[in-house]
Amino acid sequence: MTATSAAASKASAGADNVRGWDRKKMAARLAQDIPEGWYVNLGIGIPLMVGDYIPADREVVLQSENGIVGMGPLQTADNLDTWIVNAGKQNVTLKKGAAMVSHSDSFAMIRGGHLDLCVLGSFEVASNGDFANWTTSLKSVPAVGGAMDLAVGAQRIWLIMDHTSKDGKPKLLEKCTMPLTAVGVVKRVYTNLAVVDVTPEGYELVDINPEITFEALQARTGAKLHRKI
Amino acid sequence: MINKIIQKLADAMAGIKDGSTVLLGGFGAVGQPNQLLDALTEQGAKDLTVVANNAGTGRTGLAGLMAAGRVRRIICSFPRSSGSVVFEELQAAGKLELELVAQGTLAERIRAGGAGIPAFFTATAYGTAIGEGKEVREYDGRKYILERGIKADVALIEAWQADRWGNLRYRTSGRNFNPVMATAADLTICQTQHVVELGALGPDDIHTPGVYVDRVVHIPYGDPPPAQKNLND
Repeated sequence: MTATSAAASKASAGADNVRGWDRKKMAARLAQDIPEGWYVNLGIGIPLMVGDYIPADREVVLQSENGIVGMGPLQTADNLDTWIVNAGKQNVTLKKGAAMVSHSDSFAMIRGGHLDLCVLGSFEVASNGDFANWTTSLKSVPAVGGAMDLAVGAQRIWLIMDHTSKDGKPKLLEKCTMPLTAVGVVKRVYTNLAVVDVTPEGYELVDINPEITFEALQARTGAKLHRKI
Repeated sequence: MINKIIQKLADAMAGIKDGSTVLLGGFGAVGQPNQLLDALTEQGAKDLTVVANNAGTGRTGLAGLMAAGRVRRIICSFPRSSGSVVFEELQAAGKLELELVAQGTLAERIRAGGAGIPAFFTATAYGTAIGEGKEVREYDGRKYILERGIKADVALIEAWQADRWGNLRYRTSGRNFNPVMATAADLTICQTQHVVELGALGPDDIHTPGVYVDRVVHIPYGDPPPAQKNLND
Protein backbone atom coordinates (compact mmCIF):
# COMPACT_ATOMS: atom_id res chain seq x y z
CA MET A 1 0.00 0.00 0.00
CA THR A 2 1.37 3.47 -0.79
CA ALA A 3 1.66 6.11 1.89
CA THR A 4 -1.12 8.11 0.27
CA SER A 5 -3.57 5.26 0.10
CA ALA A 6 -2.67 4.23 3.65
CA ALA A 7 -3.44 7.72 4.83
CA ALA A 8 -6.65 7.79 2.83
CA SER A 9 -7.84 4.48 4.25
CA LYS A 10 -6.98 5.65 7.78
CA ALA A 11 -8.86 8.88 7.21
CA SER A 12 -11.92 7.10 5.88
CA ALA A 13 -11.75 4.30 8.44
CA GLY A 14 -11.40 6.40 11.55
CA ALA A 15 -10.48 9.98 10.83
CA ASP A 16 -11.45 11.04 14.34
CA ASN A 17 -8.67 8.91 15.77
CA VAL A 18 -5.80 10.69 14.04
CA ARG A 19 -3.52 12.00 16.77
CA GLY A 20 -0.68 13.12 14.60
CA TRP A 21 2.71 14.16 15.88
CA ASP A 22 3.25 14.21 19.63
CA ARG A 23 4.65 17.29 21.36
CA LYS A 24 8.25 16.20 21.02
CA LYS A 25 7.85 15.64 17.29
CA MET A 26 6.09 19.01 16.92
CA ALA A 27 8.95 20.71 18.74
CA ALA A 28 11.52 18.83 16.63
CA ARG A 29 9.67 19.70 13.40
CA LEU A 30 9.76 23.40 14.33
CA ALA A 31 13.40 23.30 15.47
CA GLN A 32 14.58 22.09 12.06
CA ASP A 33 13.26 25.34 10.51
CA ILE A 34 15.31 27.68 12.74
CA PRO A 35 18.49 28.70 10.90
CA GLU A 36 21.87 29.28 12.49
CA GLY A 37 22.41 32.74 13.87
CA TRP A 38 18.85 33.54 14.85
CA TYR A 39 18.03 35.11 18.22
CA VAL A 40 14.93 33.31 19.45
CA ASN A 41 12.54 33.62 22.36
CA LEU A 42 10.69 30.44 23.31
CA GLY A 43 7.45 30.80 25.28
CA ILE A 44 6.60 28.76 28.35
CA GLY A 45 5.46 25.14 27.80
CA ILE A 46 5.82 23.30 24.47
CA PRO A 47 7.73 26.20 22.87
CA LEU A 48 10.55 25.72 25.42
CA MET A 49 10.89 22.09 24.26
CA VAL A 50 11.98 23.40 20.85
CA GLY A 51 15.35 24.28 22.41
CA ASP A 52 16.06 20.57 23.02
CA TYR A 53 15.84 19.80 19.29
CA ILE A 54 18.10 22.46 17.81
CA PRO A 55 21.02 20.49 16.35
CA ALA A 56 24.19 20.75 18.45
CA ASP A 57 26.22 22.04 15.51
CA ARG A 58 23.79 24.92 14.81
CA GLU A 59 24.30 28.09 16.89
CA VAL A 60 20.95 29.61 17.77
CA VAL A 61 20.85 32.08 20.68
CA LEU A 62 17.88 31.69 23.03
CA GLN A 63 16.58 34.78 24.78
CA SER A 64 14.51 34.64 27.94
CA GLU A 65 12.30 37.66 28.67
CA ASN A 66 13.63 38.05 32.21
CA GLY A 67 17.01 39.05 30.85
CA ILE A 68 18.96 36.06 29.51
CA VAL A 69 20.57 36.24 26.07
CA GLY A 70 22.14 32.81 25.56
CA MET A 71 20.02 30.45 27.64
CA GLY A 72 21.05 26.79 27.94
CA PRO A 73 19.17 23.68 29.07
CA LEU A 74 17.65 23.13 32.53
CA GLN A 75 20.07 22.73 35.42
CA THR A 76 20.94 19.39 36.94
CA ALA A 77 21.43 18.67 40.65
CA ASP A 78 25.20 18.99 40.36
CA ASN A 79 25.19 22.47 38.81
CA LEU A 80 22.36 24.08 40.76
CA ASP A 81 22.40 27.90 40.92
CA THR A 82 19.00 29.07 42.06
CA TRP A 83 19.77 32.67 41.03
CA ILE A 84 19.38 31.75 37.37
CA VAL A 85 15.80 31.32 36.19
CA ASN A 86 14.01 31.51 32.85
CA ALA A 87 10.67 33.13 32.08
CA GLY A 88 8.87 30.05 33.42
CA LYS A 89 10.88 30.43 36.65
CA GLN A 90 12.74 27.18 36.07
CA ASN A 91 16.43 26.99 36.99
CA VAL A 92 18.32 27.01 33.70
CA THR A 93 21.96 27.14 32.61
CA LEU A 94 23.74 29.84 30.65
CA LYS A 95 25.60 29.07 27.42
CA LYS A 96 29.18 30.15 26.93
CA GLY A 97 28.87 33.73 25.62
CA ALA A 98 25.60 34.41 27.44
CA ALA A 99 24.74 37.90 28.64
CA MET A 100 22.40 39.00 31.43
CA VAL A 101 20.39 42.20 31.12
CA SER A 102 17.69 43.91 33.13
CA HIS A 103 13.98 43.62 32.40
CA SER A 104 13.86 47.02 30.74
CA ASP A 105 16.78 46.12 28.46
CA SER A 106 15.29 42.71 27.73
CA PHE A 107 11.95 44.17 26.72
CA ALA A 108 13.59 46.97 24.75
CA MET A 109 15.32 44.14 22.85
CA ILE A 110 11.98 42.37 22.38
CA ARG A 111 9.85 45.41 21.54
CA GLY A 112 12.54 47.00 19.41
CA GLY A 113 12.46 44.15 16.89
CA HIS A 114 15.84 42.61 17.71
CA LEU A 115 14.65 39.00 17.98
CA ASP A 116 14.35 37.00 14.76
CA LEU A 117 11.67 34.72 16.10
CA CYS A 118 9.34 34.12 18.99
CA VAL A 119 7.63 30.75 19.38
CA LEU A 120 4.45 30.77 21.46
CA GLY A 121 1.67 28.36 22.36
CA SER A 122 -1.88 29.44 21.62
CA PHE A 123 -5.53 28.65 22.24
CA GLU A 124 -6.66 30.04 18.87
CA VAL A 125 -5.28 31.64 15.73
CA ALA A 126 -7.08 33.47 12.91
CA SER A 127 -6.34 33.40 9.18
CA ASN A 128 -5.50 37.14 9.32
CA GLY A 129 -2.70 36.49 11.84
CA ASP A 130 -4.56 37.44 15.02
CA PHE A 131 -4.06 35.06 17.91
CA ALA A 132 -5.38 34.46 21.42
CA ASN A 133 -3.06 32.83 23.94
CA TRP A 134 -3.21 34.74 27.23
CA THR A 135 -6.62 34.00 28.69
CA THR A 136 -9.71 32.06 27.66
CA SER A 137 -11.98 34.59 29.30
CA LEU A 138 -11.79 38.07 30.85
CA LYS A 139 -14.15 36.95 33.60
CA SER A 140 -11.41 35.10 35.46
CA VAL A 141 -8.42 37.11 36.73
CA PRO A 142 -5.98 36.83 33.88
CA ALA A 143 -2.20 37.10 33.82
CA VAL A 144 -0.54 38.45 30.70
CA GLY A 145 3.22 38.41 31.33
CA GLY A 146 5.35 39.15 28.27
CA ALA A 147 3.14 37.56 25.59
CA MET A 148 1.76 40.83 24.19
CA ASP A 149 5.24 42.40 23.99
CA LEU A 150 6.76 39.39 22.25
CA ALA A 151 3.80 39.20 19.90
CA VAL A 152 4.31 42.70 18.48
CA GLY A 153 8.06 42.92 18.88
CA ALA A 154 9.68 39.80 17.40
CA GLN A 155 10.41 39.76 13.65
CA ARG A 156 8.18 36.72 13.29
CA ILE A 157 5.71 34.84 15.46
CA TRP A 158 5.39 31.10 15.02
CA LEU A 159 2.78 29.26 17.06
CA ILE A 160 3.04 25.67 18.23
CA MET A 161 -0.33 24.22 19.21
CA ASP A 162 -2.80 21.37 18.73
CA HIS A 163 -4.75 21.59 15.50
CA THR A 164 -8.06 21.05 17.30
CA SER A 165 -9.39 21.15 20.85
CA LYS A 166 -9.81 17.89 22.78
CA ASP A 167 -13.40 17.68 21.58
CA GLY A 168 -12.33 18.13 17.96
CA LYS A 169 -13.13 21.83 17.41
CA PRO A 170 -10.74 23.69 15.07
CA LYS A 171 -8.25 26.06 16.69
CA LEU A 172 -7.18 27.51 13.35
CA LEU A 173 -10.09 29.83 12.64
CA GLU A 174 -11.21 32.72 10.44
CA LYS A 175 -11.66 34.89 13.51
CA CYS A 176 -10.64 34.33 17.13
CA THR A 177 -13.38 34.01 19.73
CA MET A 178 -11.15 34.48 22.79
CA PRO A 179 -9.45 37.72 23.98
CA LEU A 180 -6.69 38.63 21.52
CA THR A 181 -3.00 38.74 22.37
CA ALA A 182 -2.15 40.73 19.23
CA VAL A 183 -3.57 41.51 15.80
CA GLY A 184 -2.16 40.30 12.51
CA VAL A 185 1.25 39.07 13.66
CA VAL A 186 1.32 35.28 13.25
CA LYS A 187 3.45 34.05 10.34
CA ARG A 188 3.34 30.26 10.78
CA VAL A 189 1.55 27.59 12.82
CA TYR A 190 3.01 24.18 13.74
CA THR A 191 0.36 21.70 14.84
CA ASN A 192 0.17 17.97 15.48
CA LEU A 193 -1.29 17.58 11.97
CA ALA A 194 0.36 20.19 9.76
CA VAL A 195 2.56 23.21 9.27
CA VAL A 196 0.56 26.16 7.97
CA ASP A 197 1.74 29.60 6.87
CA VAL A 198 -0.43 32.63 7.56
CA THR A 199 -0.30 34.75 4.39
CA PRO A 200 -2.22 37.78 3.11
CA GLU A 201 -4.45 35.23 1.32
CA GLY A 202 -5.03 33.22 4.52
CA TYR A 203 -3.79 29.78 5.56
CA GLU A 204 -1.37 28.04 3.22
CA LEU A 205 -0.29 24.45 3.78
CA VAL A 206 3.47 23.95 4.14
CA ASP A 207 3.62 20.40 5.46
CA ILE A 208 1.05 17.74 6.29
CA ASN A 209 1.28 14.80 8.67
CA PRO A 210 1.21 11.61 6.55
CA GLU A 211 -1.43 10.15 8.88
CA ILE A 212 -4.08 12.50 7.50
CA THR A 213 -5.45 13.46 4.09
CA PHE A 214 -5.77 17.04 2.93
CA GLU A 215 -9.56 16.73 2.97
CA ALA A 216 -9.57 15.45 6.56
CA LEU A 217 -7.19 18.24 7.56
CA GLN A 218 -9.40 20.85 5.90
CA ALA A 219 -12.37 19.43 7.81
CA ARG A 220 -10.45 20.07 11.06
CA THR A 221 -9.54 23.62 10.10
CA GLY A 222 -11.90 26.54 10.64
CA ALA A 223 -10.95 28.46 7.49
CA LYS A 224 -9.91 27.65 3.93
CA LEU A 225 -6.52 25.94 3.60
CA HIS A 226 -4.74 26.98 0.43
CA ARG A 227 -2.78 24.16 -1.02
CA LYS A 228 0.50 24.66 -2.79
CA ILE A 229 2.08 21.34 -1.85
CA MET B 1 31.38 61.17 54.11
CA ILE B 2 28.52 59.59 52.25
CA ASN B 3 27.29 56.46 53.97
CA LYS B 4 23.96 55.04 52.86
CA ILE B 5 24.32 51.84 54.86
CA ILE B 6 21.57 51.62 57.49
CA GLN B 7 22.12 49.17 60.33
CA LYS B 8 18.55 48.42 61.34
CA LEU B 9 15.80 47.30 58.98
CA ALA B 10 13.25 49.33 60.94
CA ASP B 11 15.27 52.53 60.41
CA ALA B 12 15.39 51.85 56.69
CA MET B 13 11.58 52.06 56.58
CA ALA B 14 11.43 55.48 58.26
CA GLY B 15 9.18 58.01 56.57
CA ILE B 16 7.15 55.66 54.35
CA LYS B 17 3.65 57.13 54.47
CA ASP B 18 0.16 55.72 54.07
CA GLY B 19 -1.03 55.94 50.49
CA SER B 20 2.46 55.54 49.01
CA THR B 21 3.15 53.97 45.64
CA VAL B 22 5.81 51.28 46.14
CA LEU B 23 7.89 49.75 43.32
CA LEU B 24 9.24 46.25 43.92
CA GLY B 25 12.13 44.48 42.25
CA GLY B 26 12.00 40.75 41.68
CA PHE B 27 10.87 38.18 39.17
CA GLY B 28 9.08 35.50 41.13
CA ALA B 29 11.28 34.65 44.11
CA VAL B 30 14.53 35.81 42.48
CA GLY B 31 15.78 39.29 43.36
CA GLN B 32 12.74 40.04 45.48
CA PRO B 33 13.50 42.13 48.60
CA ASN B 34 11.66 39.90 51.06
CA GLN B 35 13.24 41.24 54.26
CA LEU B 36 12.44 44.83 53.25
CA LEU B 37 8.85 43.77 52.56
CA ASP B 38 8.60 42.12 55.97
CA ALA B 39 10.00 45.31 57.54
CA LEU B 40 7.45 47.41 55.66
CA THR B 41 4.69 45.18 57.01
CA GLU B 42 6.10 45.79 60.52
CA GLN B 43 6.32 49.53 59.86
CA GLY B 44 2.60 49.65 59.19
CA ALA B 45 2.12 51.99 56.21
CA LYS B 46 -1.22 51.20 54.60
CA ASP B 47 -3.40 52.03 51.59
CA LEU B 48 -0.40 51.26 49.39
CA THR B 49 -0.25 50.91 45.63
CA VAL B 50 2.30 48.23 44.75
CA VAL B 51 3.96 47.98 41.34
CA ALA B 52 5.57 44.59 40.73
CA ASN B 53 5.73 41.85 38.12
CA ASN B 54 4.13 39.24 40.35
CA ALA B 55 1.63 39.43 43.19
CA GLY B 56 3.49 37.42 45.80
CA THR B 57 3.45 33.76 46.76
CA GLY B 58 3.14 31.98 50.08
CA ARG B 59 2.49 34.11 53.16
CA THR B 60 5.62 36.22 53.56
CA GLY B 61 7.28 39.06 51.63
CA LEU B 62 4.76 40.78 49.33
CA ALA B 63 2.11 38.19 50.20
CA GLY B 64 2.63 39.05 53.90
CA LEU B 65 2.17 42.77 53.23
CA MET B 66 -0.99 42.01 51.29
CA ALA B 67 -2.30 39.56 53.90
CA ALA B 68 -1.88 42.32 56.53
CA GLY B 69 -4.33 44.42 54.51
CA ARG B 70 -1.82 47.14 53.60
CA VAL B 71 -2.16 47.00 49.81
CA ARG B 72 -5.13 48.68 48.16
CA ARG B 73 -4.05 48.35 44.56
CA ILE B 74 -1.52 46.37 42.58
CA ILE B 75 -0.12 47.15 39.14
CA CYS B 76 1.20 43.88 37.84
CA SER B 77 1.79 41.72 34.74
CA PHE B 78 1.52 38.19 36.11
CA PRO B 79 -0.50 38.16 39.34
CA ARG B 80 -1.55 34.52 39.27
CA SER B 81 1.05 31.85 39.68
CA SER B 82 1.34 28.71 41.74
CA GLY B 83 1.21 29.73 45.39
CA SER B 84 -0.32 33.21 44.86
CA VAL B 85 -2.94 32.31 47.47
CA VAL B 86 -3.13 35.68 49.26
CA PHE B 87 -3.66 37.53 45.99
CA GLU B 88 -6.43 35.13 45.00
CA GLU B 89 -8.17 35.40 48.39
CA LEU B 90 -8.09 39.21 48.36
CA GLN B 91 -9.28 39.35 44.75
CA ALA B 92 -12.16 36.99 45.48
CA ALA B 93 -13.12 39.11 48.50
CA GLY B 94 -13.02 42.31 46.41
CA LYS B 95 -10.32 43.78 48.68
CA LEU B 96 -7.65 44.42 46.07
CA GLU B 97 -7.72 46.47 42.89
CA LEU B 98 -5.72 45.04 40.01
CA GLU B 99 -4.32 46.93 37.04
CA LEU B 100 -3.01 44.35 34.59
CA VAL B 101 -0.12 45.58 32.41
CA ALA B 102 1.90 43.73 29.77
CA GLN B 103 5.32 42.94 31.20
CA GLY B 104 7.33 45.03 28.73
CA THR B 105 4.92 47.94 29.08
CA LEU B 106 5.31 47.68 32.85
CA ALA B 107 9.10 47.88 32.58
CA GLU B 108 8.91 50.72 30.06
CA ARG B 109 6.36 52.72 32.09
CA ILE B 110 8.77 52.65 35.02
CA ARG B 111 11.79 53.37 32.82
CA ALA B 112 9.91 56.36 31.41
CA GLY B 113 8.92 57.53 34.89
CA GLY B 114 12.54 57.37 36.00
CA ALA B 115 13.75 59.17 32.88
CA GLY B 116 11.31 62.07 33.11
CA ILE B 117 9.05 60.87 30.29
CA PRO B 118 5.36 61.25 31.21
CA ALA B 119 3.91 59.06 28.47
CA PHE B 120 4.87 57.10 25.35
CA PHE B 121 3.34 55.11 22.50
CA THR B 122 3.77 51.35 22.16
CA ALA B 123 2.44 48.68 19.81
CA THR B 124 2.05 46.26 22.73
CA ALA B 125 -1.60 45.53 23.56
CA TYR B 126 -3.01 47.48 20.62
CA GLY B 127 -6.28 45.80 19.57
CA THR B 128 -6.56 43.83 22.83
CA ALA B 129 -8.70 44.13 25.96
CA ILE B 130 -5.74 45.70 27.79
CA GLY B 131 -5.44 48.40 25.13
CA GLU B 132 -9.13 49.24 25.15
CA GLY B 133 -9.95 52.90 25.80
CA LYS B 134 -6.35 54.06 25.35
CA GLU B 135 -5.42 56.74 22.82
CA VAL B 136 -4.36 55.21 19.48
CA ARG B 137 -1.96 56.83 17.03
CA GLU B 138 -0.57 55.61 13.77
CA TYR B 139 3.12 56.06 12.94
CA ASP B 140 4.65 54.74 9.70
CA GLY B 141 1.60 52.59 9.02
CA ARG B 142 1.48 50.89 12.40
CA LYS B 143 -0.90 51.47 15.31
CA TYR B 144 0.29 52.33 18.81
CA ILE B 145 -1.41 53.02 22.14
CA LEU B 146 -0.55 55.68 24.70
CA GLU B 147 0.83 54.50 28.04
CA ARG B 148 1.74 56.64 31.05
CA GLY B 149 5.08 56.65 32.83
CA ILE B 150 5.04 55.56 36.47
CA LYS B 151 6.67 57.56 39.27
CA ALA B 152 6.60 56.31 42.81
CA ASP B 153 7.28 57.32 46.39
CA VAL B 154 9.34 54.28 47.33
CA ALA B 155 11.27 51.49 45.60
CA LEU B 156 12.31 48.32 47.44
CA ILE B 157 15.00 46.36 45.65
CA GLU B 158 17.55 43.60 46.17
CA ALA B 159 21.19 43.62 45.05
CA TRP B 160 24.01 41.10 45.36
CA GLN B 161 26.75 43.61 46.25
CA ALA B 162 26.64 47.23 47.40
CA ASP B 163 29.08 49.85 48.68
CA ARG B 164 28.48 52.80 51.03
CA TRP B 165 27.66 55.13 48.14
CA GLY B 166 24.82 52.81 47.16
CA ASN B 167 26.52 51.56 44.01
CA LEU B 168 24.95 48.19 43.22
CA ARG B 169 25.70 45.00 41.39
CA TYR B 170 23.15 42.24 40.84
CA ARG B 171 23.58 38.51 40.43
CA THR B 172 22.41 36.90 37.15
CA SER B 173 18.58 36.68 37.06
CA GLY B 174 18.43 38.65 40.29
CA ARG B 175 18.83 41.78 38.19
CA ASN B 176 15.38 41.68 36.51
CA PHE B 177 13.25 44.70 37.51
CA ASN B 178 15.64 45.93 40.24
CA PRO B 179 17.67 48.47 38.22
CA VAL B 180 14.63 50.10 36.62
CA MET B 181 12.69 50.24 39.90
CA ALA B 182 15.66 52.03 41.49
CA THR B 183 15.31 54.90 39.01
CA ALA B 184 11.65 55.83 39.46
CA ALA B 185 11.09 56.44 43.17
CA ASP B 186 11.77 59.39 45.49
CA LEU B 187 13.16 56.95 48.06
CA THR B 188 15.02 53.82 46.92
CA ILE B 189 15.87 51.26 49.57
CA CYS B 190 18.09 48.30 48.75
CA GLN B 191 18.80 45.08 50.61
CA THR B 192 22.09 43.46 49.65
CA GLN B 193 23.71 40.12 50.49
CA HIS B 194 27.19 41.62 50.44
CA VAL B 195 28.57 45.01 51.44
CA VAL B 196 31.92 45.81 49.84
CA GLU B 197 34.46 48.61 50.28
CA LEU B 198 34.06 51.72 48.15
CA GLY B 199 36.13 51.08 45.04
CA ALA B 200 35.75 47.30 45.16
CA LEU B 201 33.10 47.55 42.47
CA GLY B 202 34.90 48.89 39.41
CA PRO B 203 33.31 51.64 37.32
CA ASP B 204 32.49 49.18 34.51
CA ASP B 205 30.98 46.68 36.94
CA ILE B 206 28.36 48.84 38.64
CA HIS B 207 24.85 48.07 37.37
CA THR B 208 23.06 50.77 39.36
CA PRO B 209 25.06 53.84 40.37
CA GLY B 210 24.42 55.25 43.82
CA VAL B 211 22.69 58.34 42.46
CA TYR B 212 19.51 56.26 42.37
CA VAL B 213 19.90 54.70 45.82
CA ASP B 214 19.10 56.29 49.18
CA ARG B 215 19.43 53.52 51.75
CA VAL B 216 21.23 50.17 51.82
CA VAL B 217 20.60 47.38 54.33
CA HIS B 218 22.96 44.42 54.66
CA ILE B 219 20.95 41.18 54.69
CA PRO B 220 23.61 38.47 54.44
CA TYR B 221 21.26 35.66 53.31
CA GLY B 222 18.29 35.07 51.06
CA ASP B 223 19.34 32.90 48.11
CA PRO B 224 16.22 32.02 46.12
CA PRO B 225 14.84 28.53 46.80
CA PRO B 226 15.27 25.96 44.01
CA ALA B 227 12.49 26.07 41.47
CA GLN B 228 10.36 22.99 41.89
CA LYS B 229 10.25 20.07 39.45
CA ASN B 230 12.64 21.71 37.10
CA LEU B 231 15.71 19.55 37.19
CA ASN B 232 16.66 17.56 34.16
CA ASP B 233 17.53 14.49 36.21
